[in-house]
Amino acid sequence: MNKIKSLDDLKKMRAQAQTGINVREKSIDPASRVQVKVAMATCGIASGAKEIMDFFIEQLDRRSVEAVVTQTGCMGYCYAEPTIEVTLPGQEPVVFGDVDKKRADQIIEMYIKTGELVDGIIPVNYRTIDK
Amino acid sequence: MKEIAYHILDILQNSLRAEAGDIKLTIEESQRSNSIRICIEDDGKGMEKEMLLKVFDPYTTSRTSRKIGMGLSLLKYQAELSGGGVNVESEKGKGTSVNVWFQKDHIDRQPLGDIAGVVRIMLASGNNCNFFYKHKTDTAEFEISTDEIKASLGIEVISDNQLLEQLRELIYENLISIESELN
Repeated sequence: MNKIKSLDDLKKMRAQAQTGINVREKSIDPASRVQVKVAMATCGIASGAKEIMDFFIEQLDRRSVEAVVTQTGCMGYCYAEPTIEVTLPGQEPVVFGDVDKKRADQIIEMYIKTGELVDGIIPVNYRTIDK
Repeated sequence: MKEIAYHILDILQNSLRAEAGDIKLTIEESQRSNSIRICIEDDGKGMEKEMLLKVFDPYTTSRTSRKIGMGLSLLKYQAELSGGGVNVESEKGKGTSVNVWFQKDHIDRQPLGDIAGVVRIMLASGNNCNFFYKHKTDTAEFEISTDEIKASLGIEVISDNQLLEQLRELIYENLISIESELN
């Protein structure tokens, strides 16, 4: 496969692949898709949040799961970084803490694909000491 | 924070929190001047003078979720450890610029790290702003922005994970071609 060195290369590749990306990329309604937000403040980054975000971007693509992966700020759970918030379409967001690649894999295979809850959930009624 | 790339990601997060419309990251690597210079500029909320004076204090933050803000103090420590420094300028309502420089051949300088990965994360997160990235070396330079990508590909948002993978490869290949330090 040819390497992508410019936006023109990328444009040609996408035109040839006809993967329907254009259709998806025109949708700006994230509520209809799985949303994964990775907390990316100093505490998260120092704990490996970047690698976890890389993992979700790469693995969700390879496993053909349509999802939007973005970063967000500190959610206040510095003790449990890396933390992520996953929102399945039509459901309340769920926050997972201490997410390493093994837990991230479980979250994709069990929670995102089947809706089954996995370890590491931070309860919604948790409040930091300051609050 | 094992790589300079992590610090860049951390400071860029501040620009996102400041609700910037334009965020510009410029990295200049130079063998000739034996330096790595990084500039992050945004047109976000900016800071009051009192806040600017305390910006390197690890017990200062604008957040309400916690009372510690270590990002800039960690960056300052690493820059000064490797013969460099940090300068922050900010004006309330106009924006902030962070300039940091490192002595390139200093034994304590952290590796530049996965810059392509950091830019990818910003491209994935920058749908409410234009993120512009320029990387210069002694021989060449490379630049890309969210607006350019959207215009070139005829898309409204950058969120498809396959596209993000391809953009990371594009950035990585260009970093090789301009002879950037890649780790």
